[in-house]
Amino acid sequence: MLTNRSKVVVNKQMTFMERIYLPAVIGGLITTMKHFFRKKTTIDYPKEKREISENYRGQHVLKVDEKGAERCTACGLCAVSCPAEAITMTAAERKKGEENKYREEKYAAVYEINMLRCIFCGLCEEACPKEAIFLTDRLVPVSGNRDEMIYGKDKLTEKSFNQVDISKRQTPEVLAFKQQKQYQHNK
Amino acid sequence: MVGGYIIYKSIMVVLIFLIGLGIAAYSTYAERKVAAFLQDRLGPNKAGPYGLLQPIADGVKMFMKEEIIPDVSNKFLFILGPCIAMLTACMTGVVIPWSTPIIFNGVSYPLQITDINIGILYVFGVVSIGVYGIMIGGWASNNKFSLLGALRASAQMISYEIAMGLSIIALVMMTGTISLGEIAAQQSGGNWNIFYQPLGFLIFITCAFAECNRTPFDLPECETELVGGYHTEYSSMKLGFYLFAEYVNMFISSAIISTLYFGGYNMPFIGRFVTDPNMLSILGVVFLFGKIFFFIFFFMWIRWTIPRFRYDQLMHLGWKIFIPLSILNIILTGAGILFFNK
Repeated sequence: MLTNRSKVVVNKQMTFMERIYLPAVIGGLITTMKHFFRKKTTIDYPKEKREISENYRGQHVLKVDEKGAERCTACGLCAVSCPAEAITMTAAERKKGEENKYREEKYAAVYEINMLRCIFCGLCEEACPKEAIFLTDRLVPVSGNRDEMIYGKDKLTEKSFNQVDISKRQTPEVLAFKQQKQYQHNK
Repeated sequence: MVGGYIIYKSIMVVLIFLIGLGIAAYSTYAERKVAAFLQDRLGPNKAGPYGLLQPIADGVKMFMKEEIIPDVSNKFLFILGPCIAMLTACMTGVVIPWSTPIIFNGVSYPLQITDINIGILYVFGVVSIGVYGIMIGGWASNNKFSLLGALRASAQMISYEIAMGLSIIALVMMTGTISLGEIAAQQSGGNWNIFYQPLGFLIFITCAFAECNRTPFDLPECETELVGGYHTEYSSMKLGFYLFAEYVNMFISSAIISTLYFGGYNMPFIGRFVTDPNMLSILGVVFLFGKIFFFIFFFMWIRWTIPRFRYDQLMHLGWKIFIPLSILNIILTGAGILFFNK
């Protein structure tokens, strides 16, 4: 009675037409036949793929700069911001002669994202002060093994000769946001 | 001459056997496709183009599965069960008139394996033996779920056979013959029995659904309620035989419904366009198969439209509604014959 939507059960006798059920059966057949010709809601997946949004949040990428040096400095902001606690990392100090591999003096020796925990919210990307991590429009492949779903640097870091295009996730609004004073060190 | 006769009949038997099995195999594919389409899905489409090789894949799977015969079962009867189910399913096809005779070199070749003058009784007799396949299979498994499933199945099939037989009596009164060949021949020129026996047809097709254990009467093997019904203990090709027999039965019931009520191989007005008797005969086969395919589709269409009956509702419908209705139908037909002096 609180919602005012309760209905009183009526035990009324069915009429003769209702009792022979044939009209109801024919009505049902017409309904199912309409579905027969309707556009299918499923797709033939590996052959055709559903359209996804331009700034889709799929598998992560660890960016490298134009010289091929990793941008990540293992500051841990992404791990802190991650609501699913999917990111772990171990920092290390850059040695002499590794300048072309790592952009700054500190880098992530181990960087792991547990794809089973990740909820693809994009907060890591937002937190990153070095523009090192981005979500891409690639889907995370399925696996029958839990261990394989923990992605290390081998799977996450992009190759310098084959950089992943993340311009769709750097809209003018995002770039303007990053122009603010407190992000000036990110040049 | 006798040798030629035997060769011709053997060819017919093998041909109809193969066609029956082929149609049954592709019914499994059609069932999955129709089910998918009615549910807005795509259905099997991986094995071959449009999934057309799916029945072969299923058959290979069935053969490759481990064959388990339970220790506590009666082994002879356990194996006999699916054999009877398959045998009776394939046996009914011999009396169905596929078309008018083909005349070749002055010799008439009837497109019917045998036109025994008690064709309908033969069909009913063979179908009744089919119940034993289920009963023996369920009982020999020595498992309470199989036994319960077999009991449900046999009780259902026996109950609905009565109404089915009674609905046929009205048809037999009208046609004056129980030979399927003659019944088909009488319906030439759009003179189909459905127009004279609509109530009888309704009872017959509903009982045919029940006889084939198809939804809404699939209680013997309803997956959601029973562990699998009478074939709980079966595996490998013996299970395949039970499932396959069901599809053969569906094909044969469709053929019998078409022959008894929808003119068999006859199509009205076709005589105006084609006069060559051999051509008409071949077209007759095409029309009959068109009707059969429609009814097979109708079986599947009904399956995804009407939900399953409760067991007491099933018995109520069979004994308290269909049997009185079919008796009423007999009385009405008798009165009609008397009144119109047909």
